[in-house]
Amino acid sequence: MIASYFPQNISTFGGDIDHVFWLILYIVGFFFVAAEALLVYFAVRYRRTDAHAKATYNRGDTTRQAAWVLVPALVVLCFDLGIDAAGHRAWEAVKGPPPPGDVEVKVTAKQFNWNFTYPDPAGKFDTDKNVTLENELHVPVGKKVRLTLSSEDVIHSFWAPNLRLKQDVVPGRKIIAWFEATRPGRYEIACSELCGFGHYSMRGEVIVHDPDDYAKWKAETLENRSASN
Amino acid sequence: MNTVNATHDGHPTGFLRRYVFSIDHKVIAKQYMTLSALMAIIGGGSSYLIRWQLAWPESSIPGWGPIGPDNYNALITLHGTIMVFFVAMPFLLGAFGNYLIPLMVGADDMAFPRLNAMSFWTLFLASTVLVISFFVPGGPAAAGWTSYVPLADKPVYTGVDWGQNLWILAVALEFASFLMGGVNFLVTGLNLRTRGMTLMRLPMLVWMEMTAAVVFLLSVGPLVAGAIMLLLDRVAGTSFFQPERGGDPLLWEHLFWFFGHPEVYVVALPGFGIMLEVIPVFTRKPLFGYAMIVYSTIAAGLLSFIVWAHHMFVSGMDPRLASPFSITTIMISVPFAIITFAMIASLWRGAINLASPMLFALGGLATFLIGGVTGIFLGSAASDIYMHGTYFVVAHFHYTLFPVLFFGGFAGIYFWFPKMFGRMMNEALAKVHFWISFLAFNGVFIPLFLVGLGGSPRRIYELSSYEIFKPLQPLHVVATVSAIALLVGQLPFIVNFFYSMVRGEKAEKNPWHANTLEWTVDSPPTHPNFPTPPRVYRDPYEYSVPGAAADWIAQDAIDERGIQAAGV
Repeated sequence: MIASYFPQNISTFGGDIDHVFWLILYIVGFFFVAAEALLVYFAVRYRRTDAHAKATYNRGDTTRQAAWVLVPALVVLCFDLGIDAAGHRAWEAVKGPPPPGDVEVKVTAKQFNWNFTYPDPAGKFDTDKNVTLENELHVPVGKKVRLTLSSEDVIHSFWAPNLRLKQDVVPGRKIIAWFEATRPGRYEIACSELCGFGHYSMRGEVIVHDPDDYAKWKAETLENRSASN
Repeated sequence: MNTVNATHDGHPTGFLRRYVFSIDHKVIAKQYMTLSALMAIIGGGSSYLIRWQLAWPESSIPGWGPIGPDNYNALITLHGTIMVFFVAMPFLLGAFGNYLIPLMVGADDMAFPRLNAMSFWTLFLASTVLVISFFVPGGPAAAGWTSYVPLADKPVYTGVDWGQNLWILAVALEFASFLMGGVNFLVTGLNLRTRGMTLMRLPMLVWMEMTAAVVFLLSVGPLVAGAIMLLLDRVAGTSFFQPERGGDPLLWEHLFWFFGHPEVYVVALPGFGIMLEVIPVFTRKPLFGYAMIVYSTIAAGLLSFIVWAHHMFVSGMDPRLASPFSITTIMISVPFAIITFAMIASLWRGAINLASPMLFALGGLATFLIGGVTGIFLGSAASDIYMHGTYFVVAHFHYTLFPVLFFGGFAGIYFWFPKMFGRMMNEALAKVHFWISFLAFNGVFIPLFLVGLGGSPRRIYELSSYEIFKPLQPLHVVATVSAIALLVGQLPFIVNFFYSMVRGEKAEKNPWHANTLEWTVDSPPTHPNFPTPPRVYRDPYEYSVPGAAADWIAQDAIDERGIQAAGV
């Protein structure tokens, strides 16, 4: 039931993040159910009645008694460390040193738009042959896409749920993010850091093309437009 | 009492000295309670507007009218600010801390009664400034309760000018108020303990209030500095947070969360303190592992200082910081596991009376567990990449703060009302209040966890422009209907509170047969509190001691037959 709420994962590292989610869910789910079950059971079982009017004097301050709390807490600690280890691996896969990009795109956020700038045919930025698209990020499937994120005004956050990629975009900084999409299609981008009046409508799209499609799009859009610049 | 114009019960007779500019901790506590209740009406009312807009976007809200995205951003900003700073802190620290710390340690008042009054009136001023900010041109602050910069730094980004300045001023005054209050809590709890009241005989609420005070005192400094820098940026042309002139937006995030995360514990610990007071009384057995709980509380307080960057995993800070902060954050589950497991173990073989204070305490524990375990998803940097900034976060922190503020707070009201007002509350209405609130609260925030799993960001005025989030809309409707039920569900309490204050059955000194010192004095207590200084002979939760005459032994009872040293 819970799985059905997640949007489809379409990135190479999305599975790692989802894996950490499920790992945590099973672990905390166990402790949660056990704790709630005991809470309800004790509240019902030891409810004061005429037949059961006297409590047992028990301070929980001998080692033997305290162990009933400390041993489960120690088990919690062990599971915590396991979650830390699994989380670290997934974090490194997404946010560790980024691999070289097959496609490089500059992302400039501003109230309330995403601008995606592609390099000129020679692969250079900051020339007059760059092409900038509003709210549309076109990428090829199965290639590493490297984004350089910056903001013209306030903090925004690049959030593509299907890619499992979220990264704040901070004015005054250039932040690198990357992903590799595994499935062609159109997927939405939202801003997930409150950025003002139009925050709710700061919507963009990632359009993942299959290789032929991407070549065609590139010829039509990037090369034509950059030639006419 | 050497004041000439004092009545037989020791209170000053003049109206102003007695009820307004009083220096009696019990009156000041009621002032805090009144102020937090008034602010809760604004803060709670704002949630009605927010929830209506989310369920039925851009419709006309009954009793109000339509709201636009600018109003919406202002509403969420005020809701967060008011609930944390002007409801939770005045209620859990201001009201309960003030009322109970002196009574529980056997003192006649706080260590610094005039400072105590000043801290309340500073908070009153802070609240007034915040309320005035609703009406200035440009409207109130709309940059979120976290006031991230540069959004909050330059008026051009939000269109809000003096609203934001007044917000900063109000919050800074609030900090000043609780700095004074915190010093008072600490000095009173440590230095005014009566004879025999050793540290390890302190009622748990005193430990929790003192730990909260220390955590607040040590964490708020950096944010006071940050607030001054932000105000200077806005009114004096500095550029601490403006990157185009050499400033750094992430500096604000560090300063804010260095305070902001410990602040969670500042609010949570007193709420836990109340539940921990209630549980032994209504199970008729000692708290399980008193010392363990004290040490875990201190450990949680210390750990809370080194977890703040978990709010910033995807902020653009050095990604190598993520794993260390994940480890410390998830580690905090250990002291809280000990505290919650100890609470559950306290129920084992008790003689449990599910009266209203106990229902609220257990409801608080049951719901806090959800808040606790869902924190792990956010504390792990990897899953936080997905969850950060979504409704999952909204649901999570409501499941941590609502249990302590609402369930903990109402457990406290139903428990200490007889002491505060000398009358009993109506038990049937209290149970109706509990069950409506418990069901409705879960009805609001369980759906919001699912909205978060769907990826929907929080602080979104309406989500219909996104195809991906549209299927989540029915969940918002469920949450809103539940939120309205939750608000309406407070009516039985309001009726009960005012009716009982006037018509409730007269309360004796110790209606619950509890051990701690506040129950050894009159209901309501005189001023000064204790006719003669009490002497403490034993631990606070000695219930059902084998061989004792009754199933309780007051802390000031000389021997186990339960004879009190003073009074009886």
